[in-house]
Amino acid sequence: MVVIGAGLAGLTAGIRLAQEGLDVAMFATGHGALPLAPAVVDVLGYVPHRVQNPWVELPAFVAKRSQHPYARLSMGALAASVDWFKDIAAPLGYAGSLERNQLLPTALGGLRPTVLVPETMVAGELSGGGDVLIVGISGYRDFYPSLVAQNLSASSPAADCRITARAVEVALAGDPRDLRPQLLSRRLEEPQVRADLARSIRAELRAETAVGLPAVLGLERSHEVWSDLEQWIGRPVFEIPTIPPSLPGQRLQALLIQVFRRFGGRLQIGNAVVAGHGGDGHLESVTVAQASREVSVSAGHFVLATGGVGTAGIVVDRAGTPREAVLGLPVSFGGLSGEVGREYFGTHPLDRMGVAVDARLRPTGGESGHLFANLHAAGATLAGAEPWKEKSGDGISLATGFAAAAAILEDRA
Amino acid sequence: MTAEPLALFEVRSSLDHCVKCTVCESACPVAAVTGLFPGPKTVGPQAERFRAGDRSPDLSVDYCSGCGICSRVCPQGVRIAEINSRARAQLKRDRGIPIRDQLLARPGVMGRAGRPVAPLFNWALANPLVRLLGERTIGVHRKAPVPRAAARSFSYWASRRRPYRAERRVVYFHGCSTQHFEPEVGKKVVAVLEHNGFQVLIPKQDCCGLPLQSNGIFEAARRYVKRLASQLSVPGSEGLPVIASSTSCGLMLKREALEILGVEDGQLVDISQRTYDLFEFLLELHERGELSTDFFPVPLTVAYHAPCQQQNQLIGKPALELLRLVPGLRLVEMDRLCCGIAGTYGTKREKYDIAMRVGDPLFADIKDASPDVVACDSETCRWQITKATGISAVHPLEILYRAYGGS
Repeated sequence: MVVIGAGLAGLTAGIRLAQEGLDVAMFATGHGALPLAPAVVDVLGYVPHRVQNPWVELPAFVAKRSQHPYARLSMGALAASVDWFKDIAAPLGYAGSLERNQLLPTALGGLRPTVLVPETMVAGELSGGGDVLIVGISGYRDFYPSLVAQNLSASSPAADCRITARAVEVALAGDPRDLRPQLLSRRLEEPQVRADLARSIRAELRAETAVGLPAVLGLERSHEVWSDLEQWIGRPVFEIPTIPPSLPGQRLQALLIQVFRRFGGRLQIGNAVVAGHGGDGHLESVTVAQASREVSVSAGHFVLATGGVGTAGIVVDRAGTPREAVLGLPVSFGGLSGEVGREYFGTHPLDRMGVAVDARLRPTGGESGHLFANLHAAGATLAGAEPWKEKSGDGISLATGFAAAAAILEDRA
Repeated sequence: MTAEPLALFEVRSSLDHCVKCTVCESACPVAAVTGLFPGPKTVGPQAERFRAGDRSPDLSVDYCSGCGICSRVCPQGVRIAEINSRARAQLKRDRGIPIRDQLLARPGVMGRAGRPVAPLFNWALANPLVRLLGERTIGVHRKAPVPRAAARSFSYWASRRRPYRAERRVVYFHGCSTQHFEPEVGKKVVAVLEHNGFQVLIPKQDCCGLPLQSNGIFEAARRYVKRLASQLSVPGSEGLPVIASSTSCGLMLKREALEILGVEDGQLVDISQRTYDLFEFLLELHERGELSTDFFPVPLTVAYHAPCQQQNQLIGKPALELLRLVPGLRLVEMDRLCCGIAGTYGTKREKYDIAMRVGDPLFADIKDASPDVVACDSETCRWQITKATGISAVHPLEILYRAYGGS
């Protein structure tokens, strides 16, 4: 098995295949979007109204979008992937269900409808309103507590609910200049540093029922950091996702890589896959670039999970023509001549650009059906979605990565 | 004015692909432990735009250890580490290269100077007073790991033995460490290659220039690497695989001399394309069914750490895969990126603590695994790990040698 790409979709497919005892090699040009992602699992947030119950709204959503990645999957497959993820990511304490969107504060104080939430963010669920203290840390420049508090206070999670949020900023001991999230998270893993932080926060606390902090509460010891803070502050504590880089995303990435390796998977980061070779509807091998040579890697099955434009899985040339970067697969694309919407989330011809696939997630070449019987695609590479509008990106990556592996397992059975 | 070498142009222009996603900053082991280094994106793709002419806008790039992890994790293929290596070298040239760095950049000088008086030399380097003096005067940290000079060089041994002759031949690039400090590694490399039916050509060879390069002394580094390429191209060795047992020096030949130093030299390009890391070569043999696997059991627990410059060759972990074939061996893969030493970086007074903090998670994992021995392909990393954990670190080849019945 060869998996190309090591983001959520690639790792999901890779782990599933390795779990079944298959020999899986994963190659990726670099890290995917995981270290930047909030690491909650969004499945369906807006259609365009805010979705309360994705499980109930998905069938109608899919019925109107025959080209959407979710239209390639059964509801059962989606549910199975979510259950599987909760199990795999159990060390990070993910909670939630497809039947209810939780509303969590974003880096700017918006409310994000999402399905699965790690333990360190659970107390930030504000769909029933709340009275929260938002804490900034002096010297950490990428988190704006007053902005978060103002936006939260102005938002309406539901008709009869209100959020009251107040912002404070506290300082850690030592030089506060330009504390970056990596450094900050490591410092908070020292018990004395977080004890001081807890004391400063307690001194600021009034009637608030929960305390929100930027998501920098440790990397490897996030459970300890978070639970100590809860205990020492005496209120539920929740992390608020930050603008990148994202510690919760790095925790999830590290966990998934560890699980992949535990099942015997081999991961090579830094190796661009530059070409594929095959014929008669069968992909034989891919060409992998090393430091001074290229090598050919053969496999029985391939998963393409290189992401979209953001992670260079799809590239657009100077003439505006998009192409899939590794195998040069055709990209479904409306052309640049179309109308560009005027509003912020208006329609854009690039919106649903991506690799079109059949019902078994095999890339198709227009009218002729699938291109290779043993090539499956998953994640942000796929055409037909507008994840930034729909808040569906994580769900698509997880469910299609899971389904691509399932299709391969079926082929082998 | 001569045109910029194409490889350098490609490295520098790759920064236009940076989308400021911060993946590199999330992976940088140095930025995670010190505020003195603001991260690879900040000193690289961002600062590079202000490096018109010769002057660097900031001094922090000097704290880049050159481990190369940023380039490896960048999803857009930006050559962050290479850009930063060049910027760091320019900064050092602007400010003057200290005597310490001139010295650390020339391991051969130390090795040759130490050999005739090896016992005295080794005693001195182990003496706390001498080391304190060394820290105060030239700035090599008193606790930094240093190698022991060998009484006899590897080439002395090689020149006095009757070579095994065979149809299949390889060229062995042993590097300075094997030559001056760890000749035993080289002897075992030759034994293992010969056991697998290869005649091993060992041309006279000098330093590849990597320590010069990482200390900013580019002109000399270019001279060194071109000289080495010429030395390795002995008559009759055309097209033969060049086997490197030092991973960082192997990477220098494969890629860094071309993409950091910008050397344009036909002989070097030829050598770079046929240079193999020792275990990369052995694993390829195994995949073709040509590796002897008549292994004896080795009843040891071994913690394997893949060093940065081995990972930067983008060949996976071939040593790990081969050692898995050895019966009786309990192999524990260390899932950490960097030990901190980064060649000579962690030996410097102002960087020693940073390097130790970078390595701390690895050292803790090694101690948790309580192995009999640590296996690691890079010499400076072995010295760092041994010094930091008190557990002996060896080249993985030593384990393989034992499995073939050597002692």
